[in-house]
Order: sequence, then structure tokens, then C-alpha cells
Amino acid sequence: MRKVYVVGVGFTKIGRFFDKGLRELFAEAAIKALDDIGGEKVQALVVGNMMSSSLGEQDNLGAVLADYAGLGGIPAFKVEAACGSGGVAVYTGYSLVASGLFDIVMVGGVEKQTEYPTRIVSKGLAQASDAEYELFYGISFTGLNALVMRKYMETYGLTRDEMSVWPVLMHKNASKNPYAQLPFEVTIEQVSNSMLIADPIRLLDSSPIGDGAAALVLASEKYARKLSDTPVEIAGVGLATDHIYIAYRDDLLKLKATIDASKVAYRMAKVEPSQIDVVEEHDAFTILGYMNLEDLGFSERGKTPKEIAEGRFHPGDKPTVNPSGGLKARGHPVGATGVYQVAEVAMQLRGDYPGVKVNGEIGLAQSIGGLGTTVSVIILRR
Amino acid sequence: MKPVNDVGIAGWGVYIPKYRIKCSEIEAMWGFQPGYCRSLNVYEKAVAGVDEDTITIGYEAAKNALLRAKISPSEVGAIYVGTESKPYAVKPSITVIGEALGITPKTLGADLEFACRAASEAIEASIGLIASGMIKYSLVIGADTAQASPGDVLEFTASSGGAAYVLAKRGDNTVAYFEGSFSYITDTPDFWRRPRSPYPYHGEQFTGDPAYFYHIISAVKGLMESLGLRSSDFDYAVFHQPNGRFPLKVASKLGFPKDKVLPGLITPYIGNTYNGSALIGLAAVLEQAKPGQRILLAPFGSGSGSDAYSIIVEDGIEERVNLAPKVKDFLENKEYISYSLYAKFRGLIEKFEM
Repeated sequence: MRKVYVVGVGFTKIGRFFDKGLRELFAEAAIKALDDIGGEKVQALVVGNMMSSSLGEQDNLGAVLADYAGLGGIPAFKVEAACGSGGVAVYTGYSLVASGLFDIVMVGGVEKQTEYPTRIVSKGLAQASDAEYELFYGISFTGLNALVMRKYMETYGLTRDEMSVWPVLMHKNASKNPYAQLPFEVTIEQVSNSMLIADPIRLLDSSPIGDGAAALVLASEKYARKLSDTPVEIAGVGLATDHIYIAYRDDLLKLKATIDASKVAYRMAKVEPSQIDVVEEHDAFTILGYMNLEDLGFSERGKTPKEIAEGRFHPGDKPTVNPSGGLKARGHPVGATGVYQVAEVAMQLRGDYPGVKVNGEIGLAQSIGGLGTTVSVIILRR
Repeated sequence: MKPVNDVGIAGWGVYIPKYRIKCSEIEAMWGFQPGYCRSLNVYEKAVAGVDEDTITIGYEAAKNALLRAKISPSEVGAIYVGTESKPYAVKPSITVIGEALGITPKTLGADLEFACRAASEAIEASIGLIASGMIKYSLVIGADTAQASPGDVLEFTASSGGAAYVLAKRGDNTVAYFEGSFSYITDTPDFWRRPRSPYPYHGEQFTGDPAYFYHIISAVKGLMESLGLRSSDFDYAVFHQPNGRFPLKVASKLGFPKDKVLPGLITPYIGNTYNGSALIGLAAVLEQAKPGQRILLAPFGSGSGSDAYSIIVEDGIEERVNLAPKVKDFLENKEYISYSLYAKFRGLIEKFEM
């Protein structure tokens, strides 16, 4: 396989945009990414998106966005893996370049949620779960995560306040992020007393509903140096799946797909977790923030909340986790999130990230579709 | 906008049903976290009884306005009710009210609809009719028995009540006059109800920034620019009050301190009376204002639009205040009811007739 590099990045601010649709958001990110490579043409487009069909009644999204962004008649298609669509889109774009099929590929991610009432968006998001055995019975995605959070707290004897350190750290990081949806700080007390959504998950445990788009340009080794002075290598990629129906799983307190995908990515990149400088992980809810670090090999099971309370994973530590503010506070434009993460890690490694900066050589992005049903892990190296 | 002849207010009146349901009762009913509606700065809302509707509420408010104006109903040349809860989909409410008050038949009259802003449009239309000399007095009513789907967040605020104003040429029996106005409307679908739909839909957060805040701020800034006024020139500010929080937030954005808003902020105690909302707030302010003071009035209606008015209080207002029941009297005359009685009064449950 050929080496693949991130040579261009672009993304929009994340928020509730009443004046921008799915196409406008994508075009804004795509044009920024094209500007980042000096306006060179891309040969194919892969777009990560979850709900253009269920919310926006728009299929055939690859062609729609290639057309709107003025990319000509290039090969273009959508990749869908629920909330993990963005990471799988990067995985797919990587494959297109690594295989030799193309030399310059754009990977986009876009989601437009705020034109729809919460009950419609919640239903769309819940389609990430098992339609026949979970969704059918009315459980929301928040409800599924609440089952896991409750078990985690009971198993490891953690109090509400001990669990609340994650949102506090994420909001602190996001407060320095110019494109974050929730760039303000919160306290443990505010998190623990925020509105109850699905016991024990509270409002401030949850990532917000938001719109956004991100785009990357990936290039082969032959083109990487021509298109960028600071190309960042995609050193390892892993993708794994698990039972979608969580009742089939042996252990609710770990996401097997994260463990499996990260093993592949670490092996491919020839790195150990201890070598990772910066991580952007998929903390859709507080509970996932902790479990992801445990599944990726950065901390021991059940000990992550206390470690974070003691300063572990904060800016300056190795690895620094979610300097963007994570899904919790940077925001979670569902199908775009995985693309944001890779763009953020690439910018950290090339030194032009606009928020909390991490000086490092190696970074990792983890993106989850469903409750750990599809997980991608992508390792980048300067 | 400024007419060639100034037009003012000759009388005002309100009506608020005596029944109240506490928001905590609604929270408990639907499993909301206790304190949720407190975050909206709303504590209880007024509920129309089984024998009350927009027509009876409008009639009561209009009767009080005519008492304060001290005029004969036959002198009124135009009657309007702004409402989004007409008892009949087709058949005017205003003819019933006008007939009951003794104003018909030699009068203009219509029910107007623009969500919560229709009565404000009637004020603008009346200013034109009076300033042009076509009529002497106009009676404008804003009244609603607002609907909310059970369990929707709207249920914390959608309430019943109304206000009425008798308008006349400045100096012709008026106790306040309109110094100028500015209207701002766009196609912004933040809230709507389709035919045969019992309850409205709303665009959640879309009802805030692009609708309520954008339109009110645009209208108020337009007014202040056209009249060369600043927020510090006003003694009171009355905004549409969909909840108790938005008016304070929009005031802050426009540079009005809280103490200029609180005298006219009534929604925390009665909920959002829709077409009555800002106009009941204005009535509360007129009941304490002094001659020479300047009042900002800015109603808003979803869909969306806002009108901003600058109103100057004139001599003689104090002696009108006690000619009819005041807002304060209606706030104090209350009887708490349970959710089940509220459900019956508002037609959420129906008795099955064998």
C-alpha cells in the first residue's frame, strides 16, 4: 500500500445555523480545504454524513455536494456509519489513495440538524441503534448510554460529582476554541445539577445538537510535498464493528470495537499508546469520554475519572485529550465529527491549530458509530 | 411611521381569567425536572374557565377600556380583535363583541390574525383611520385562549387573557399618544398551526434568535433611529412576553435596564396571553406612569413581525386608572386549579356522551 498524507484541512464553526443549509456548510469547508492546497483539483470526493436521508430527505449526497461545491463530475459518494460516518469516510478516502486508485481525494463530513425539532433529530440519531430490538421499543440513544453510565458508576463506586470532571475539562478546552459550539466553562456543581435527561445522564453530560462541516484533502506521497509544506502522514487506520444490539455483548463497560480497531491502527503505525501526544476521541456523553480512554489503552478501567480530577489528560500532559473540547463542547455535527477530529489532530501536528495547542509528533482520532457498534481509529504522524 | 395628525390612547382595559395553574403542577404531570419552568421565569398561568373564550375575554377587556375612555359605544367607528384562537374558524368574533357592547352596526370591524402581533397591526391600522379623519374612535382588542399540546414546553406559558384600547386623535380625550412607530416583518416560520390541527408547532430554538430577538431588535432600532431616540430616553419598555426570560434578554441587548422592564412584565404570573401579552404589560405601565414619561412598546408575532411604538403619557391619565379594574386587581383575584380541572377547562379531555 502507498503512504497517504493529510495535505489540506478546512471546517466551519459548529453551531445552530439558521441561514445555512447542508450544501452551504459543506461548500464553506470544502473551499477552505481547497484553499489550503493552493486551489489544486481533487480527483474524488468521499462524504461522511448520517442523516441527510432521514432528516433532509436527500440521498445521492456525494453527487449533490460535488456539484454544489463546484468539484465537477468527479467520483463522489456518501459513507454512512451513524455518528461514526466521518471516521469511516476518512478510512475510505485513505483506502482510495493507498490503493493507488487516486492521488488526491477530498474527504468531507457534514451534518445539518437544527432545522428539525428535537424529537425528530432524536429519532434520527436513535436509528444508530438496533431498529428491531432497541429503537422499536422506544429507547433513545441517550437512554442506551444512560444504561452504560449507571453500570459504570455502580461497578466502580463512582459518585455523581466524580463523574462530572469530564464535561468540566472539555468545556475548559473549548473555551479557547474559536470554532466550538459551547465555548464556555462549567463547574462540577453545574454539571451535577444540570437538567436530567435520562438518569444518570444530565444535560451537561451530553454533546449538543449542532450543524457543521469539515473537509480534508488526502494525497499520495508523490503529491503530498507539492500540495503542502507540512503534510501529515496517516500512519495507521483501524476499523472494527461489534454487536449492534447491546444485550448481545459480553461486557457493557468496554467497547470491543474500539479495542479491536485501535490494535490494528497501533500495529500498522508501529506505535504504543504511550507514544501518542494528542487524542481526539468520541465523547458523545461523559461515560464515553472515560471508556474510550480505557479502551484505547491510556488508562485503567474505572480509574479515568479520578485520574482526570488529578490532572491527567489535561493540556500539557501526554496525551492531551480533546484539546478541541471534544464532542461535549467543541460540538458534534454527527457525520462531520470524525472528519473534524482528523483535521484537528493534523493541525496540532503541523502546528497551526487555533485552540489549545499540543506540541507533538503523533496523534490519534477515534470516531464511534452507534454505542460502539462501528469504531474507527486513525493515527497521524508528523 | 408618523401620521400627519398624532393619535393616542383614550382608554385601556384588561381581562385575565381568575383560574391559575402552577407551573410546578405541569412539571409534575409530565415528568419535567422540578424548576424547569422557573428557568423560563414563569411561575403560574391564567386559565380560561369552561364558559370563557376569546369573545368573552375580549368583551370584558373592551368594556373596561370604554369605561376608562368615558365614551358612548356608538361613537366607536372601527372595532378589531387580534387573536389566534378564534372560537369560529369562519365567522367573526368582533361582531359578537361589538353587538354585546352596543357598537354595531355602523362601524368597521374584523378579526385579524398574525400570531401574537395581530392586535398590534390593528393599532397601526387604527392610527391611519383616525389620523386621516375617517373615524373618531377605534376599539382594538388583543385576546387569546392560547393552545399548547399537552406535555409540550409551550404548555408552561400558553394562557388566556386580553387587553383592549380605545384610540382617538391626540387631544381628543387622549391620555397618552403615539410619538411614532416602526414595523418589521419577514417570512420567518418559527411557530404555526395548520387547519384542523388542535395545537401549534414551533421550531424550538428557532423561535429565539432569528424570530423574537431579530424582529424586535430590528423594529426597536428602526424606531429609535427614525425618532432620534436612545434607550435612555425611555422610562419604561414593554416587549412581547412569550416567557419571563425573553423580554429581559431583549431589553439587555437593546440597552434597557431591568427596572424599566419589570413594571410591564406580567407573564411570570399569568403566562403568555399571546395577543394580550404586550398589551396587558402596557396597561400595567399606564396604571403607574406619570404625564410626560415615554414608554417603548414592542409586540411580536411569530411568522414573524414586530412593531415598536414610542408612547408619551399625557395629563389626566391618573384619574382614568381607577375607572375600571386594574391589572393588579386581576393578578390578585385568583383561584388555583389542578391539572385535571385545567385539562377539562381547556378541552384536553372530553366527557363521552352516551
